[in-house]
Amino acid sequence: MKTLEELKAIRERMQGQVGLRGEDHSQTRVIVGMATCGIASGARPVLTTLSSLVQEKGLTDKVSVTQTGCIGLCQYEPIVEIMEPGKEKVTYIKMNSEKAAEVVERHLVGGHVVEAYTLNSTDMK
Amino acid sequence: MYRSHVLVCGGTGCTSSGSLQIMDTLTAEIEKAGLTDEVSVVQTGCHGLCALGPIMIVYPDASFYSMVKTEDIPEIVNEHLLKGRVVTRLLYQETVTPTGVKALIDTDFYKKQHRIALRNCGVINPEVIEEYIATGGYAALGKVLTEMTPDDVIQCLLDSGLRGRGGGGFPTGLKWKLAKQNEADQKYVCCNADEGDPGAFMDRSVLEGDPHALIEAMAIAGYAIGATQGYVYVRAEYPIAVDRLTIAIEQAREAELLGNDIFGSGFSFDLDIRLGAGAFVCGEETALMTSIEGHRGEPRPRPPFPAQKGLFGKPTILNNVETYANIPQIILNGSEWFAAMGTEKSKGTKVFALGGKINNTGLVEVPMGTTLRTVIDEIGGGIPNGKKFKAAQTGGPSGGCIPAEHFDIPIDYDNLIAIGSMMGSGGLIVMDEDDCMVDIAKFFLEFTVEESCGKCTPCRMGTKRMLEMLDKITKGQGTMEDLERLEELCYYIKNNSLCGLGQTAPNPVLSTLRYFRDEYEAHIKEKRCPSGVCKELLSYLIDAEKCKGCTLCARVCPNNAITGTVKNPHIIDLDKCIKCGACMEKCKFGAIYKQ
Repeated sequence: MKTLEELKAIRERMQGQVGLRGEDHSQTRVIVGMATCGIASGARPVLTTLSSLVQEKGLTDKVSVTQTGCIGLCQYEPIVEIMEPGKEKVTYIKMNSEKAAEVVERHLVGGHVVEAYTLNSTDMK
Repeated sequence: MYRSHVLVCGGTGCTSSGSLQIMDTLTAEIEKAGLTDEVSVVQTGCHGLCALGPIMIVYPDASFYSMVKTEDIPEIVNEHLLKGRVVTRLLYQETVTPTGVKALIDTDFYKKQHRIALRNCGVINPEVIEEYIATGGYAALGKVLTEMTPDDVIQCLLDSGLRGRGGGGFPTGLKWKLAKQNEADQKYVCCNADEGDPGAFMDRSVLEGDPHALIEAMAIAGYAIGATQGYVYVRAEYPIAVDRLTIAIEQAREAELLGNDIFGSGFSFDLDIRLGAGAFVCGEETALMTSIEGHRGEPRPRPPFPAQKGLFGKPTILNNVETYANIPQIILNGSEWFAAMGTEKSKGTKVFALGGKINNTGLVEVPMGTTLRTVIDEIGGGIPNGKKFKAAQTGGPSGGCIPAEHFDIPIDYDNLIAIGSMMGSGGLIVMDEDDCMVDIAKFFLEFTVEESCGKCTPCRMGTKRMLEMLDKITKGQGTMEDLERLEELCYYIKNNSLCGLGQTAPNPVLSTLRYFRDEYEAHIKEKRCPSGVCKELLSYLIDAEKCKGCTLCARVCPNNAITGTVKNPHIIDLDKCIKCGACMEKCKFGAIYKQ
């Protein structure tokens, strides 16, 4: 290696991946429902899209993407919950890869909830 | 991109409890579940909780599975990795609370730790240089070569207050400064990875878990003192450590982080491994260098010190693995950052290898000045079976025993010496009420007698005579004159031995004499071992009232020393009894006791 830039390039390329292995109370948690209902309605591509994008964008020190079991709203699966420290939980429903990518861009990066995809947008009481 | 990383410990502890088979099964099960592209299996170094191995951590949720068995793997893959349902019953139970799973960093074992030397152990794959770089690796070397002069580097270390972690506690910056001042056509940077203290394994852990940190630090040292060649002296009994270091050196050479003109700075440095055959004396600096030169590992008188005439007669610095592992972090974060941790004269953190009568056997790293109580009771999880703490042995065969009265003393170099022990490399062996202090002293002395190289008389002859006296005492044949002579001999050996091995060999005896003289006297005057350890002073007896005459003891006795008829109390023939304790272990009625 002849320059610091080469070192920096490797670091940036790898950081997102290794950053997955951390624990931090101030992290934003993105949780994907991966019970039978979730998997059946396509939660896995949603999970992999979220996870890959978070790593690609170098957000792993701030955001962790994990799975959970059945949330109980099977008809709205795939469900993604986003919990930011000190903020109310946001529940996205009927997700797919494209919507997931949009949520990463607008919510996790931009800080704006994508209201159109949330549970609040339905008439469920 | 993987959505989940499963980290499996590949340290020596977990490897010996089967972590390699766990990895194989895991990889196969993940493939079967069709998750190969989503979940990555990573082999890491030691996490520290060796007592709970094999250890497996699933990220990003950081679920900590302990004592994993191959039969558990399908369940973990299908439930946790596929459906996101953590298999709670297989988790480290300390992390399981009524309200859910607690973060690993909040458990008693990790909460009070502060990891600098061990920061990457158990986090990165030690065989992938990019993972080290991702955590800031080689950035310190880059900074040193592009922004700092050798004097800046040395000043930074001096300001940080870093002292040698191998035993003596000599200021690292000062050592480097002296080596830099001596002009020579060739200088050397050496690393002591001989780690001979029984019970200490932090250096092995760094080599296995984060070998690039050592390579980076040694290159920094080369730049600071003006050396182009380094040697790592590591014992051949550490095969995993040697393998990983070999791989790491090759990767560093390939990435041109070792070799000519590193970072285009004109600075060149290379590194080679020299294997030791496991002699304790080769951990002594002059003996180590003699061994690297290809001669029998024997110490030589100092001065000249290695900084003047070391390896091959050239100025040389020698630091141990843990010391080096701190250096890249000090360069990156600054000397003030490091100096802010610890006590007035001992800065930073220290790794301890917890062993003996303690629940969480393993490796812990705590700020200097942490008390023994915190390390043993809180991090170590206390003493098993509700037994009482008697003493902690630090510093291995060169150190001493710390009694319960010093339980709250902040651990640092100077405090330990003041109470008759020493930091040593950081072995910390906990002893409870069942341990006989005379026997412990004898154990360590047996070790030094075996390991004395024989070059100087006080050590060769003196330690042997000491051992004979201790042997007499543990057999109930000692006299009070023996005790006086033993003490006198201790001071003689301390003052007249050639190297550190002999100079510190009497420490286990001196410190136990200081705090547990009553135990020595009980052996001599009352012919009694208060802890019931020394066999010659023990008799196994049967309480006739409790004995139901079940005959079990008579059947397990290997020497047919127990007689009696069914349903009548049995009797042990004390002449035949070999004091193995098998009868006492088997008796269902608690009728057998020893005194």
